[in-house]
Amino acid sequence: MSLALLILVLVAGGMLALLADRRDSALPRWIALIALIVDGALLAPYFAAATSENGAWLDNLRWAWIPRFGIGFHLALDGLSLLLVALTVLLGLMAVAASWSEIKERIGLFHANLLWTLAGVLGVFLALDLFLFFVFWEVMIVPMYFLIALWGHENRAYAAIKFFLFTQVSGLLMLLAMVVLVLLHHAKTAIYTFDYFALLGTKLDPDAALWLMLGFFIAFAVKLPAVPLHTWLPDAHTQAPTGGSVILAGVLLKTGAYGLLRFVIPLFPSATLDFAPTAMALGVFSILYGGMLAFAQSDLKRLVAYSSISHMGFVLVGLYARNALAVQGAVMTLLAHGLSAAALFMVAGALQERLHTREMGRMGGLWSDVPRLAAIALFFSVAALGLPGLGNFVGEFLVLAGAFRATPTITALAALGLIVAPVYSLILIQRAFHGERMKPRRIHDMGAREITAMICLIAATLAMGLYPQPLIEIADAAISAKPGPMVAERSAP
Amino acid sequence: MLGYLWLVPLLPLVGFVILVVSQGNLDKRWVPWVGAGSVGLSAALAGWIGYEFLAGPAVSYKLPLWSWARVGDFSADFGLYLDFLSLNMMFVVTGVGFLIHLYSVGFMVDDPGYARFFAYMNLFVAAMLVLVLADNLVFLYLGWEGVGLCSYLLIGFWYDNPENGAAARKAFVMTRVGDTAFIVGLILLFAALGSLDVQTLLHRAPASWRPGSDLAVLAAALLLGGAVGKSAQLPLQTWLPDAMAGPTPISALIHAATMVTAGVYLIARTHALFELAPAVLQAVAVIGAVTLLMAGCSALTQRDIKRILAYSTISQIGYMFLALGVGAYSAAIFHLTTHAYFKALLFLAAGAVIHSYHHEHDIFRMGGLRERLPVAFWSFLIGSAALTALPFTSGYYSKHEILAAAFAAPDGAWLWGAGTLGALLTGLYSFRLVFVAFFGPPNLRASEHLGFAMTVPLVVLGGLAVFGGLFPMPLGSALPRHEVAGFAPSVEVVTEAAPFIGAGLAVAFYLTRTWSPEELVRADWGSALQRLWFNGWGLDWLYGVLLIRPFRWLAEANRGDVLDDVYRAVAYFSRAGHRALAATQTGRLRWYAAGLAGGALLTVAVGILA
Repeated sequence: MSLALLILVLVAGGMLALLADRRDSALPRWIALIALIVDGALLAPYFAAATSENGAWLDNLRWAWIPRFGIGFHLALDGLSLLLVALTVLLGLMAVAASWSEIKERIGLFHANLLWTLAGVLGVFLALDLFLFFVFWEVMIVPMYFLIALWGHENRAYAAIKFFLFTQVSGLLMLLAMVVLVLLHHAKTAIYTFDYFALLGTKLDPDAALWLMLGFFIAFAVKLPAVPLHTWLPDAHTQAPTGGSVILAGVLLKTGAYGLLRFVIPLFPSATLDFAPTAMALGVFSILYGGMLAFAQSDLKRLVAYSSISHMGFVLVGLYARNALAVQGAVMTLLAHGLSAAALFMVAGALQERLHTREMGRMGGLWSDVPRLAAIALFFSVAALGLPGLGNFVGEFLVLAGAFRATPTITALAALGLIVAPVYSLILIQRAFHGERMKPRRIHDMGAREITAMICLIAATLAMGLYPQPLIEIADAAISAKPGPMVAERSAP
Repeated sequence: MLGYLWLVPLLPLVGFVILVVSQGNLDKRWVPWVGAGSVGLSAALAGWIGYEFLAGPAVSYKLPLWSWARVGDFSADFGLYLDFLSLNMMFVVTGVGFLIHLYSVGFMVDDPGYARFFAYMNLFVAAMLVLVLADNLVFLYLGWEGVGLCSYLLIGFWYDNPENGAAARKAFVMTRVGDTAFIVGLILLFAALGSLDVQTLLHRAPASWRPGSDLAVLAAALLLGGAVGKSAQLPLQTWLPDAMAGPTPISALIHAATMVTAGVYLIARTHALFELAPAVLQAVAVIGAVTLLMAGCSALTQRDIKRILAYSTISQIGYMFLALGVGAYSAAIFHLTTHAYFKALLFLAAGAVIHSYHHEHDIFRMGGLRERLPVAFWSFLIGSAALTALPFTSGYYSKHEILAAAFAAPDGAWLWGAGTLGALLTGLYSFRLVFVAFFGPPNLRASEHLGFAMTVPLVVLGGLAVFGGLFPMPLGSALPRHEVAGFAPSVEVVTEAAPFIGAGLAVAFYLTRTWSPEELVRADWGSALQRLWFNGWGLDWLYGVLLIRPFRWLAEANRGDVLDDVYRAVAYFSRAGHRALAATQTGRLRWYAAGLAGGALLTVAVGILA
């Protein structure tokens, strides 16, 4: 029940925010904040329950919906979903905080769209009925489209349409693959069902499995994104308002990885095995290509956007290495990148609010003007380049350690990403915060609201980097759950 | 008391946190108490712990801290490990570290970034202590990268000059190249031996690998990659001379006494692994020998006082690598220790000169500073004597051990020859600096106001540079003993004479001016050689051409993301198609009628012909 409530609170909160705007335009912010805090409170008991004794699934909710086609309203939560849902709620709060002073028009509609996107994301992380999953997949895209198109920056219409088309077209491929899978399952068993557990272990001939797997894979690889399906991302991230960028980078990208982990790998195990070298090669290519493009950018948000592509390459490598170590690494990268990318977008947003530019050529020497902001940017740049002791390192290290067992060569190539990361992360610091100050600027440093938000993210990044064990334990049961394990074997001898 | 070992790295970390959280609002009087005080406390505690350790049974002590991550059979449990080797390193880091902090209290007092400086310094000391005390390779790597970050932050401390930023990034990225090799090696070790605990690894490696086996060689080579990057050895040494852009105390602490010697520590710590890979160990010796000569030659041609010392540091670490490569681990650590004393002394003295003489770095624009800067002069003289390894100084004992070990090694005559030639070069470039900067007609424009905080470290380090060689740490239980037979008398004479010959040449060239160095440079080959050496053997140029410029060019050329053009092309053609089809919608009836008729005709034709 509380799984449905998680989503419902956000949907209702969105409607309330829309209505409250007429009464007082400050209200929607508070409503969004409260809705997310309520969600956080709903989640808290699950963390206490997430121990290995309780098995993989912590909660399960099954309502009939369209029984004729075997479609049910089936939500369930395991450790993996729990971590990603918690990340969504946390970054939702950050997005509200980041939009607090930035969004001045149609505040109610903005927060409604924000909450609805988040509701869609929660649905994606919780749905265990393929049709329901697809519905939520669409639900999260549409309000995000409006966030970019209505509150975005100078080139917002182009970016919003591009975002929509990429996700929509690839989403249709997924729908097609889904329907064919259900039909094939029906041909074998004479039962129509979209239920995840029922479809697990459907016997497919290798060709069919490969094509169906590709249908799903493309949809998720666009979202992740993996090069060469990534080109919507720099535009969307750059043009979105800060809150939108936070959600896009911090949460929406994770739905792609989640889809691979939850659906592609368990549903098509043998096709995945054949495809793994290709996927890992794509991952390595994403790491290096994204890193190089990040270095070339002069727009601060674009740089961070391309760095996301690079980081998601590690996720792809980890997922397809298919052992517990690497998959844990991929999950940790998802969480850590969510925190660091969100923080960097908030930094970029804070700078844009003050300087009205994202061009790093027009910054420089900002350390003297806004030392707090600069120090925070430094912290997260350093986190992004994988400094041990901070979250991202945990993910990258476990990915590399796990992937090494699968394919040492690809791992060695992926490790080159560790050299590229400081090249683009440190150039960011150099161009924006170090260097000569052109003229003293009369801009104010981060205030109490911004600092509070940042302290949350800093504390989470540090805690993750120094003591990742609790998170690993939460994800552990989910990753090796049966049926439908996400790894090929429990890590070898 | 040993149970309080965790406080040693924690105290500087607390100092860092206090300085960061106070955001520069801490009263300036309190900054040194936090910044230098935390390291001082840490040093005192280290001394106490060391006393108990040495007085006790002196068995290695392990202090588990927390379990970092466990996934399946993977586990990384963090803890601290104290034996003679880490104790020696802990003394150097906290002791020399504290002296340099104390010096900075005076040196940096007028800098607006006073608190930020001490914050970074404290973080550095904490990370360096983690590096030397860690019992797990991941934990060690945490310290390893942590010191790299602090090095980056402190080289670029004066951030308003973009050149400093470039030097800082160069240092970080180049060491990251080595670090990446290191972490791959670490992962390989885990994959092959199933543990990351240092002692477990060192026990398992000889049990599972026979000497010279592929995996052992590969693992040792990858670790060597990390060591070469951090310790500025061939081929990754070019970042260190540029790193002199940082404030001088940084150069003393990070780029002379502690961080750059981390590679030496790493190899000594994992020497059991390197012994399974004789080819790699051989490579360590050769890298050391070649680097010490190359850097010695470069030091001869520099004009910037700090760059001379930087090249000298590279050269001295070359000696340590040479020692490691021939299996004289304790000699390497001994030289590391004495080098920390006299090189820190030299850098701090150079700082005193720069401080007292209008921030001048060029030795040829100094001259005659001897009388006006007595403390700096005597510090330099003592430091140079120790660096040159003149008898009875600390450097003499440690370098002598290294040369003896090199000579005793199989085919060691070449290594000994390189080391001895290097000793000659050391004498030449050290005393060149001393004579050019301090001798000559008295210079009246300099005035020495060092104050208590800056003078005390110079005096203490001066004492250590002279007498430090008399108290080597008993490293016997941590590192294999290396029995060295004495030299043959003729070899002994050459070894002893080399530094004197070097210093004598310096006298002839730069003090009495009997011979003229300008004469040498005037010849074609002389000036070519001078340029080659001055530019660090052209390695920067080589990397620029091979790696940096192609990368920059590619990044710049592909800035707009060529892959996006594919999608733009799709969009373009669908728009074009849309326009073409829209153009047929004219609203004129006869067009439509013609279209209908044409279409019908075509259909019929296709039907008939098919």
